[in-house]
Amino acid sequence: MKSVGKLKLYWADFWRYRYLLWNLVSRDFKLKYRRSVLGVVWSVLNPLLMCLVYWAVFTSLPGFGSNIPNFPVYLMIGQLLFTFFSESTSAGMGSVISASALLKKVYIPKYIFPMEKCCFALVNCVFSFIALVLVMLVTGSPLHATVILAVYPLLTLFVFCFGIAMALSAMAVFFRDIMHLWSVFTTALMYFSAIFYDPAMMGSVGSFSMQTIIGLNPLYWYITAFRTAVLYGRLLSTNMVLVCGGCALVSVLIGTLIFKKTQDKFVLHI
Amino acid sequence: MEPIIKVDNVSMCFNLSTEKHESLKEYFLALVQGRLHYDEFYALRDISLDIMPGDFYGLVGLNGSGKSTLLKTIAGVYKPSAGCVTVRGSIAPLIELGAGFDMDLTARENIYLNGTVLGYSPKYIDSKFDEIVDFSELQDFLDVPLKNYSSGMVARIAFAIATITKPDILIADEILSVGDFLFQQKCEQRMKELMSGGTTVILVSHSIEQVERMCNKVAWLSHGHLKMNGDTTAVCEAYKQAQRGEA
Repeated sequence: MKSVGKLKLYWADFWRYRYLLWNLVSRDFKLKYRRSVLGVVWSVLNPLLMCLVYWAVFTSLPGFGSNIPNFPVYLMIGQLLFTFFSESTSAGMGSVISASALLKKVYIPKYIFPMEKCCFALVNCVFSFIALVLVMLVTGSPLHATVILAVYPLLTLFVFCFGIAMALSAMAVFFRDIMHLWSVFTTALMYFSAIFYDPAMMGSVGSFSMQTIIGLNPLYWYITAFRTAVLYGRLLSTNMVLVCGGCALVSVLIGTLIFKKTQDKFVLHI
Repeated sequence: MEPIIKVDNVSMCFNLSTEKHESLKEYFLALVQGRLHYDEFYALRDISLDIMPGDFYGLVGLNGSGKSTLLKTIAGVYKPSAGCVTVRGSIAPLIELGAGFDMDLTARENIYLNGTVLGYSPKYIDSKFDEIVDFSELQDFLDVPLKNYSSGMVARIAFAIATITKPDILIADEILSVGDFLFQQKCEQRMKELMSGGTTVILVSHSIEQVERMCNKVAWLSHGHLKMNGDTTAVCEAYKQAQRGEA
């Protein structure tokens, strides 16, 4: 009974500050494109150009891409979701530190800041889906009814990122090193996310096949589930549903725990 | 009558780490070498204070006596190391004006951003927008980025936003020292208006004359201890006496 009341209190607190969340996202959005001539168009153009680069590089390498049907769309999905992950976690990591001016002077629920960065990254990601649609149109990829199922990996990925962003933002307050370490880690992770190759065609390291190792990477599952729905037009397998949902849940639980344990000390360190 | 703010045996302790360990390597090196001890510093020690609804409470004391720390503890920015603060009602904090401003945004955008920082809804801000602009007298500069404003102009906007609502408690940290004297008068006027509407005000000021003029209760802090609190005349007399003695 008591915990229900507590949960209600948290919810009321969040609900009161929902407009702040909205305004912070719109501030980030305005500032990102202020003074650029093309403005929001960059949200579409940027992933398009990035994928063009990847596509040019990997199709010119023998053995890459040729065995994957509709390689541009395959590449694009991996690239977009991975960008979402790396943007939200790295921006979320610095969010508490950069909000120090606010946190020192007014009471605001502190998790608003990592959450805001994740929302902002999600908005950007959704905008860049326009680029994905363009690529699908140009390559003549059919539109499946299962597209709607792609919402599931996207939303669970959002929760997954939010959990990580909370944990990282709390840790970054005490140890700034994390920020440098994380950028190295995400780069490494990128190569294990099967963005521009099919894991089935990779060799093995020692007694482990690459496919097993990549299967341990939650991002691979989110990307694969998204591809399954959008590119292949198939239903999500039970494994996909479980792994996507499970990773999100674990991440957000751990993130909340770390954040809650340390948040009272934030103001003393930022 | 029950107090609207109950400060109960509050202590606030800061770890003044002699060196700040901002990287893992440094931290572990210090840990291994046994250098990891902190100097504790009590900014507040066993403060108990009851503030009644409708009070105009002044906080006086020298620099570093813990006034701002006490305000921030009441506002919920700091969590006290010991003791507890009970607040019954909404708080509008005016601690260093313009904390929620983004200098790259225009005044109009900032009014909405800062309003939501204080927990107002956009609809509510819409309805009060003209009032804010009138009060701050900055009609001609609404679409100018805030970085091009003078500090006085920023303070006007900030004060106007923070006081549009009728908060139960208004916390003001030396805000009246900014702006020209006309604007200061306007701010005092607005605070008096809020008071007559039942708002409790806590004011930190270095101007003892201002405290004497506006407050009905005063608390005197010295080195984190509550030295004296009660009616304005008695506390202010003692405070002035002590200052004369030290000077």
